[in-house]
Amino acid sequence: MGLDLTSDERAIAAGERGVGAAMAMRIVAETARLMGATRLIPIESAHIDGALYHGDSGTLFAERLVGGGATVSVRATLNVGAVDLTGCSRNRLPAHELDMAKRMMTAYRALGCEPTWTCAPYQAGHRPRLGAQVAWGESNAVVFCNSVLGARTNRYGDFLDIACAISGRAPDYGLHRTENRRATVVFDVSQLDPAFLSSAVAWPVLGNLYGRMIGDAIGVITGLSFRPWEDILKAFGATAASAGAVGLFHVAGATPEAPDEATACGHIPPAERIVVTPALIADARRRLSTAERADRIDAVAIGSPHLSLEEFDSLRSLLKGRTLAVPIYACTGRHVLNILERDHQRQQLESLGVVIVADTCVVVTPILPEKPGAILMTNSGKFAHYAPANTGYSVLYGSMEECVESAVTGVPVFAGPS
Amino acid sequence: MSGLQADVLLAGAASRGRALALTAPISFWGGVDPKTALIADARHPEYGQNISGRILLVPETVGSSSAAAILLELVHAGRAPAAIVLHQPDAILLLGLIVAKEMGWNTPIALRLDRDRFAELHGRDVQVSEFGLLSSDLERH
Repeated sequence: MGLDLTSDERAIAAGERGVGAAMAMRIVAETARLMGATRLIPIESAHIDGALYHGDSGTLFAERLVGGGATVSVRATLNVGAVDLTGCSRNRLPAHELDMAKRMMTAYRALGCEPTWTCAPYQAGHRPRLGAQVAWGESNAVVFCNSVLGARTNRYGDFLDIACAISGRAPDYGLHRTENRRATVVFDVSQLDPAFLSSAVAWPVLGNLYGRMIGDAIGVITGLSFRPWEDILKAFGATAASAGAVGLFHVAGATPEAPDEATACGHIPPAERIVVTPALIADARRRLSTAERADRIDAVAIGSPHLSLEEFDSLRSLLKGRTLAVPIYACTGRHVLNILERDHQRQQLESLGVVIVADTCVVVTPILPEKPGAILMTNSGKFAHYAPANTGYSVLYGSMEECVESAVTGVPVFAGPS
Repeated sequence: MSGLQADVLLAGAASRGRALALTAPISFWGGVDPKTALIADARHPEYGQNISGRILLVPETVGSSSAAAILLELVHAGRAPAAIVLHQPDAILLLGLIVAKEMGWNTPIALRLDRDRFAELHGRDVQVSEFGLLSSDLERH
């Protein structure tokens, strides 16, 4: 069965609402045809990952849409760009790239997208309701949107995200459909120490293991004796989605489509049951670090996904007003920066040696100083995954507390056996 | 002559080039340098190979949703493969070609072919028809 467009959709694709809107509709329809969808469905919102500069062609595409008179027809928040437009941090992009990256960010604003510039839109007031059909980009935002909010999106990438936002449509396949959202793998953590599970440092480790073992299948986590809070689900999803093609996970008793294991599995016996052992955890934790025998660190990076206000509170209370020996790059969005500035916390943090990075982050654009052999410490599983290739720094993974203590002293400080 | 019929995923002009069959999944973002068209992932078995102008046979794609951006960049720079042959359709990657076509740039054809057939094409000079017929002159190798 082929793709069946409505007469409205066909008219828009033919140019009834301008050449920009036509281009967007054709891109969505062509993708739908390619993936075997039989129709397009209306969406309620979009989160756009496409405004991050990878080369001039992406800027030219966005400007073509603007020139064609296109605007978004649903709420569309923007993921990070390549440039910190707030001026909090500076990057080392060459002049041409800097110019094209800024032009790209300007074009996406001109299309009507909100200048949120964050990979945590779900903490910046963009929270689609349970069951809502949306088109979200950025792997961590996608997995949070599907898993924690229970809204429905596929993993939208560059170009398709904005095309969906303009047309207000998405191809009807994959995670948009109920039958594709049930878990087929059980990820049982009941054998792990409850004290470890209730610490923030556990969740990127679990996410790394989950992403590598489960990939693009859908799993349900079972065996937790407490209800995980939002920032640890955020850290879990981000790490899982960087280690594997994870688009949706469930947590029995905690996430909206998983009141219990059987419901998460759609009352069909799971194809696989993984019992997570302490040895698997120890191995996953080792994989998050690439630096060997580190006797110093050069920087700390936190905030992938972007830090919430609560995470800044925890940073401040761990710092206890101490001056840092090496900088902490703290990545966040304007939704948090505005409050930090209002409360004069930005200046206080900066006076201690914290570098606040807004609108972007340290693994997507060159902010960290070039330094052969340098070591970056992080509490983010996603930074740990991407930093070696994207920044040239090797990484050490630790808890937020360990990151702060290490930044104060300039040498790696670990609280206990890791 | 030997001929293999593939399904046309995205239309494009007939082309010709030396077939490069990848032997491991690839992430275009981080795995292919958009400026040089070289496979840039040091852990990939075909590391250092140039995909520009090749009949590129891709068993599986993995990784970032920015793959389309890299492919569009290759098309824009005139360094795209002559044809892309996938084991299964991948919207994230092929969006690069869908957008390139909308931009009016010269886009390679995209085909679907079972990956079990990739090895027999590897290294050969392969001709691709606009209807998805892959043929190579066996005697030349």
